[in-house]
Amino acid sequence: MKKIIILFFTYLILHSNLNALIKVDITRGNLDPLPIAVSPLHVESASENLESLDTKKLGLNISSIIEKNFKSTGLFNPLKREAFVQKPDIAHLKPRFEDWRLIKAQALVTGKLSVKNNKLKVEFRLWDLTASKEMIALSFTTTPSNWRRVAHIISDKIYERLTGEEGYFDTRIIYVAESGPKNQRVKKLAIMDQDGAKTKYLTLGNELVLTPRFNPSNQMVTYLSYFRNLPRVYLLDIETGKQEVVGNFPGMTFAPRFSPDGKKIIMSFAKDGNSDIFTMDLETRKVERITEHSSIDTSPSYSPDGKYICFNSDRSGLQQIYVMRSDGSNVKRITFGNGIYGTPVWSPRGDLIAFTKVRKGKFYIGVMRSDGTGERLLTENFYQEAPSWSPNGRVLVFYRETKSGAQGKGFSAKLWSIDITGYNERKIKTETDASDPSWSSLLSK
Amino acid sequence: MKFNKNLRNIFLILFATLALSACSTAKKSQTSGDVYTGSDTVEYLASGVKDRVFFATNKSSLTSASRETLRKQATYLRKNKKLNVTVEGHADERGTREFNLALGERRANAVKDYLMTYGISGKRISVISYGKERPVNSESTPLAWSQNRRSVTVKVK
Repeated sequence: MKKIIILFFTYLILHSNLNALIKVDITRGNLDPLPIAVSPLHVESASENLESLDTKKLGLNISSIIEKNFKSTGLFNPLKREAFVQKPDIAHLKPRFEDWRLIKAQALVTGKLSVKNNKLKVEFRLWDLTASKEMIALSFTTTPSNWRRVAHIISDKIYERLTGEEGYFDTRIIYVAESGPKNQRVKKLAIMDQDGAKTKYLTLGNELVLTPRFNPSNQMVTYLSYFRNLPRVYLLDIETGKQEVVGNFPGMTFAPRFSPDGKKIIMSFAKDGNSDIFTMDLETRKVERITEHSSIDTSPSYSPDGKYICFNSDRSGLQQIYVMRSDGSNVKRITFGNGIYGTPVWSPRGDLIAFTKVRKGKFYIGVMRSDGTGERLLTENFYQEAPSWSPNGRVLVFYRETKSGAQGKGFSAKLWSIDITGYNERKIKTETDASDPSWSSLLSK
Repeated sequence: MKFNKNLRNIFLILFATLALSACSTAKKSQTSGDVYTGSDTVEYLASGVKDRVFFATNKSSLTSASRETLRKQATYLRKNKKLNVTVEGHADERGTREFNLALGERRANAVKDYLMTYGISGKRISVISYGKERPVNSESTPLAWSQNRRSVTVKVK
């Protein structure tokens, strides 16, 4: 992972205009997506062609990724290229604003790139067509194989400039790739870019693996593996492939997550029919008990400041969500609605907790404030669970399973995403069936 | 006369409907509460010794039928002193994955505890939870779910 971060930002903010007129409001549903034109990046004629890369197509490929990213937000409406009137290189120098307004675009992205001495240099500009002004101009230099990341970083910069929120395109999702019949699923850890590209399988499928989660620097993953038929929490270094068991527990450990500083893993340990929450410090190896109750306590998740933990427990009789201080004190139940509640996950912004709710045979993904008030159910389905937050706290990714017929016919598991406004529900394309998604933080932060 | 015939037809239809609904109740009675009481999925550790017991939704308590099965397992284990077993705990697909792992573990331990009260050493019994990962019936129906909420006693080879 580290090697991809050899990405040089040359912030060439030429003249950033802070009084732009166009702004995208993302606090509400997208009733009126912003029409945006993404002009294909101009490829400079002196560019070298590389063995692994057709440089001539790179401009078009990068702008296609940017368009796809924008479309996936539901906040932007990328316009069809056929309607574009100006050539990319000329538009990049100075667009004829009236021409672009004619096709009803309100924002325009232009750019150019060159490949020389095995270095990719990309430059782009965002134009406010209403105010006829440049909003942002940046250039990057990186290795050519990083071209997809460049497209995602450009998307992030534009998203940030237009919405005032941090972007989430230069991110990855780790998940469980599934195949085979329902009663004998083969499960592998898989990792891919947020847009479904560059899928890589991290385990072979010889043993059952579940619930992978990134550490804050996205270099480590903690997950549950049934290696040697002993279900235990593991730690995996994505770069080196090195795996190790977390702690030395005389029984099943499961439901792992990292603390926000990445120093601890919090998880459940089941013994003699009772599951409690424990942490282990990865450096000192010190194990600490956090809950002690005869009920099932599981699915722990820290608040982003590390001061609190939310989890679910059936201590009231049915599965409900609780919040406590990170030392286990001051346990408070926060869900009292009809139905059962599980898989609480604290938003990276700290204000909301996402959860799964089951009521009258239906599964819901919802959000509520961290004190349990303001519950909003975003989506209802036959089976869905395990939400994970985009790093900017605006989008949730989760998995959904279909109802199956005899012998598991028609069964499938797929990843979906939805805005916390409840709009823009989307299936995420994966090479195989997929479950247990976990969203990384921004890679280039 | 014609009216009578119509009436008779109506009665016939009524009768057929009643008979049909009686059939479907007969099928439903493979569960009691929502604990599976049938034997479609059951296998045997030895002649007359069932390998599994079933649970109600979200529960790990043993029914009287389950206790009877487990007493037979205990008798069998007492007779076969060299035999060790693994008790697998399972849940249906109608819960969240992580909670189901805990629930499966709790169910397997309920079985282990009961076997121990009948004199079987805890050292001979290991437990493992599969949560909802290994259904015995892959269909999404209440009957399949009741068959999947189970603990299975498996011989260790």
